[in-house]
Amino acid sequence: MFRYILRRLAWAIPTLLIVTFLVYLALRFGTDPVASYKRINPRASRAKVQQYIDLNGLDPNFVKGYLTWLRNFVTGDWAPSIKGRREVWPALKDAMANTLRLGTAATVVGIFFGLIAGVFAALRPGGKRDVFINTSAFVGISIPPFISAILLQLLFAVYWQRWFGASLFPTSGVYPPGHSGFDLPLMIRYMVLPTIVVAIQIIATYSRYMRSSLLDVLNSDYMRTARSKGISERRVLLKHGMRNALIPVVTIAALDVGSIVGGLIITENIFSYPGMGLYFLKSFGEGDFPLLMPWMVVIVASVLLFNLIADISYAWLDPRIRLE
Amino acid sequence: MSDLTLQLSPRQMAFRRFVSHKAAVVSCGVILILSLFVILAPFTARYGVNQSVQAPPNSFLSPRANAWLGTDDIGRDLYSRLIFGIRVSLVIGLASALISVTLGSLIGAIAGFRGGKFDDIMMRVTDLFLAFPFLVTLLVVRNVLGAVPWLKPLTGEMNSVRFIIVLFGIFGWMGVARIVRGQVLSLKEREFVEAARAVGASRRYMISRHLLPNSIGQIMVALTFSVVGAIIGESTLAFFGYGPQAGDGATSLGILVGAAKGAVQTGFWWLAVFPCFALIIIALSINFIGDALRDATDPRLDRGA
Repeated sequence: MFRYILRRLAWAIPTLLIVTFLVYLALRFGTDPVASYKRINPRASRAKVQQYIDLNGLDPNFVKGYLTWLRNFVTGDWAPSIKGRREVWPALKDAMANTLRLGTAATVVGIFFGLIAGVFAALRPGGKRDVFINTSAFVGISIPPFISAILLQLLFAVYWQRWFGASLFPTSGVYPPGHSGFDLPLMIRYMVLPTIVVAIQIIATYSRYMRSSLLDVLNSDYMRTARSKGISERRVLLKHGMRNALIPVVTIAALDVGSIVGGLIITENIFSYPGMGLYFLKSFGEGDFPLLMPWMVVIVASVLLFNLIADISYAWLDPRIRLE
Repeated sequence: MSDLTLQLSPRQMAFRRFVSHKAAVVSCGVILILSLFVILAPFTARYGVNQSVQAPPNSFLSPRANAWLGTDDIGRDLYSRLIFGIRVSLVIGLASALISVTLGSLIGAIAGFRGGKFDDIMMRVTDLFLAFPFLVTLLVVRNVLGAVPWLKPLTGEMNSVRFIIVLFGIFGWMGVARIVRGQVLSLKEREFVEAARAVGASRRYMISRHLLPNSIGQIMVALTFSVVGAIIGESTLAFFGYGPQAGDGATSLGILVGAAKGAVQTGFWWLAVFPCFALIIIALSINFIGDALRDATDPRLDRGA
């Protein structure tokens, strides 16, 4: 197991290099970093532009440029953003922390309710409860996150204020403007709506996974054996049913990180939540290469990491699987 | 039942299974009515796409007799604009789905049939694209596509409807390719393909006469999901300001939903609610149809019945 993890980690490095090279190429073709720099800083001297090119590895030769960028990236010599010459790392770190908070909250809430809904649906397949949960999940998957965000904002912020005098939940940011310091209850109030928007998608997806996974397990021989041993139905379900049904679900959850981040990007933008999504859309709109590249590295690395976690958790939960 | 099914052709059985999915039948009706409204736009729309409702003041009117769904910031009738918008969105959805399904079926069939290097590379590329967050890939691919000079005659300007169609056509093949590849992988081991190989049929013949026709169910399902994907994708792009521009009278569902963003805080609820529900209804209906098609074309589901 340990050797397997080491080998996978060793493989992750060339993968990361290849993918970041592709991302580097795509960004150079797609956003034309030098032109964006000149657009944002129209009065930059030729020497300044050359310095920007050198620091970011924007050499006309793509391979040479990429290697320069890589060297500067690894040694921590990061170029400042093209607009306002801000340091990249503090901005990226804050965005990561905020997104991690929102993403964790939404994933925990989403998986929790999703699994419960899936179990309830699977216990009586074809029954009223099953049809209701299945249809709701289908509707939930079909509604894109920005639509649910708009409708929730309209209901809980704008119209709630008209009907009851004050809006139930705020719709933008992490704290009210001008607030400083840490205030948990306030933060939670600000996070409720964005969390719901992301969680709706997760609940809808996981209730379906859980339902089909549990249905497979419930029909298996060892469930019949467990029942015939005479242990209580509750124990049969929890110890034998749930545990085995969760194996594929956990794996899918870890592989799904890309689509969860996708939902986060859209949601963060609508709620002006200062996370990775807002960071990306802002810097992409300005063609800010120094801000974009580290962001891409973080995303690629986390996708690779969660892939690894998926494989490991699979082997760990299911003793029949051997990783070698 | 079993006596009856014996006399039915596979196609008739598939049709029966489809019809037994009630939500899908209703959805077919909804899409049919919507299509009629949209095709007959000159008769069903009450105003032109950029024409304002008469009798000023006319901006931000709530729903009323001379503007059934209210008006927008410059006094245009939302009902008429929805009809024109849905028209553009459906065209985007259908056209790009046709492109992506054609590309995806061919690539998927060849990859699944030949295996080897081509298959490996194709699946790696697909994995890579699907692992990234959807919007990120879409925006980056969009910019790269717009920056390739020799594609200009095909794609047109970056903010044109044609560009969006080509973008989703190129973007959508991966999901289709994956589905078709899976189907071909299982089909190519079957006896009838082996028989064709034994009599010396060419690869091209086997793919076009045996593998693709037998995957038609899966391809249809992929087609419906590509249509939804493109319609929602266009709305997402437009929502974030990267969609088609409202030039000479064009609007789309995405543009209308994007305008809703500004209307929420000021409380013009109709500008948010109607376009959003139009999008939800369209997405839901096509998804239901796709779901029923998948059930209908999967013969394994018929065993117990």
